[in-house]
Amino acid sequence: MNTPTPYSFASLATGIHAWLRQAISNDTLLQVTEMVITGVCLLVFLVLLCFFLGYMERKVAAFMEIRLGPNRVGPKGSLQIVADTLKLLFKEGLTPNGADKFLFNLAPGIMVVTSMMAVAPIAFAKNFQIWDINIGVLYVSAISSMAVIGILMAGWSSNNKYSLIGAMRSGAQIVSYELSIGLSLITIVILSGSLQLSEIVESQANGWWIFKGHIPVIIAFVIFIIASTAEINRAPFDLTEAEQELTGGFHTEYAGMKFAMFLLSEYINLFIVSAIAATIFLGGWMPFHIGSLPAFNHVMDYIPSFMWFFGKTFFIVFIIMWFRWTFPRLRIDQLLNLEWKYLLPISMVNILIVTAMAIFGWHF
Amino acid sequence: MFLKNYIGDIFSSIKSLLTGMKLTGYYFTHLKEIVTEEYPDNRGTLKMAERFRGEVIMPHNENNEHRCTGCQACELACPNASIKIVTKQETQPDGKKKKRIDTFVYRLDMCTFCNLCVNACPSEAIVMGQKFEHSVYDKKQLKKILNFPNSKLMEGVEE
Ligand code: SF4
Ligand code: SF4
Repeated sequence: MNTPTPYSFASLATGIHAWLRQAISNDTLLQVTEMVITGVCLLVFLVLLCFFLGYMERKVAAFMEIRLGPNRVGPKGSLQIVADTLKLLFKEGLTPNGADKFLFNLAPGIMVVTSMMAVAPIAFAKNFQIWDINIGVLYVSAISSMAVIGILMAGWSSNNKYSLIGAMRSGAQIVSYELSIGLSLITIVILSGSLQLSEIVESQANGWWIFKGHIPVIIAFVIFIIASTAEINRAPFDLTEAEQELTGGFHTEYAGMKFAMFLLSEYINLFIVSAIAATIFLGGWMPFHIGSLPAFNHVMDYIPSFMWFFGKTFFIVFIIMWFRWTFPRLRIDQLLNLEWKYLLPISMVNILIVTAMAIFGWHF
Repeated sequence: MFLKNYIGDIFSSIKSLLTGMKLTGYYFTHLKEIVTEEYPDNRGTLKMAERFRGEVIMPHNENNEHRCTGCQACELACPNASIKIVTKQETQPDGKKKKRIDTFVYRLDMCTFCNLCVNACPSEAIVMGQKFEHSVYDKKQLKKILNFPNSKLMEGVEE
């Protein structure tokens, strides 16, 4: 089952590796070259992905608000984001006078780097993963909570009260919701018995966890989606930006390309949480399998694994966008109430149930 | 008791959130509900609302007759003096002299489209038109004379 099929990404990667091995004899040099190639590919992929997500967001928003959305630049407005990026490129990257210049310029970089680092262990397709680290789940949750450093840095160094309030709110928010995210991820770690993302995907070969683990896993899934929406500061949890009260929150003072980097990291984060949710709960690149129907499973296997992965990921991206354009923003006390009074107790009880389920084998 | 309220709260809030998502989901899947007007692309098929107020106009019939008696009620009603009525004495066929309008001056640049003049007019001589593309390069062109040249008062309005 693990032999790469001739047209998959895995065989492409293996082919490139073999070719480079012939061309470059020095092992260290080979590794560095491969790292650079991977990095560049990833950057290009993520930027294109962000263009697409930006376009998708605006179209989804428009359709949900009975509007047309961007429709002037390119067919159906598809080049709108490219035009926006060009505009941002030509804008002056202003640094306010009273700002802490070094931190102010460092913050957007930290945001982007932390978001990009979290992409590393994600399995995009069968056997196609940048870094199959054995503590993938832990790594992702650790890295993604580092984004708050970038936000706090931006808020503090801007020397602006709105930025600071926004950054402080974001700190409170990320620290609290981190718990629920961790606990809902742990449910699957308990069930699959591994922190490695590739193994978690393999454990879903006979059915995705959301079906195998039924009610407790569905609860964990819902909690994960809610908490990760809060973690990436998207509406209805976008108190960090809260245009009406904080004129943009931590990125009030940013303009031009530095602002674009915040946007970039926001969309990468959106992609990451969706990809993680898809990997952990919906089986990642694993096709839709029903335990005892080999013929059906075989048909599903014909759909390439990257299609499954991106299909599931974009399904979750769509749900998170749906939230954003439906729900009104929470107040800060409501936000903390939701986490400490509802999500956290529920996830704790849920973990107990899942542990019992794993011990007694109540799942399918 | 507490637990019952707690769980009841969760389910009622989930229900209300799903109600909201159902509505936005409905709009997302029913693109024919979109209300955006793609002006100026749809200039040819543009449908204005019935009560839209674009400008004050004075309708004339096919014999170049209007219904304005020159009573100046509209001029008095206008809060910002956008209307000026110049009257003249006209000798009627039966020899009597009567007051008739000479020019009905309407200043579009000052009008706030409040509709008060139309309401004030006792003889329904003026109405609100639907045209709204009024931009011109010279402000003077916004000072309009609403009665057509050589137009007459319609028979039977002045009784
Ligand atoms: S619509 Fe109002 S402002 Fe305009 S002319 Fe009539 S009364 Fe004056
Ligand atoms: S438009 Fe109507 S209100 Fe104004 S002068 Fe003529 S008849 Fe009188």
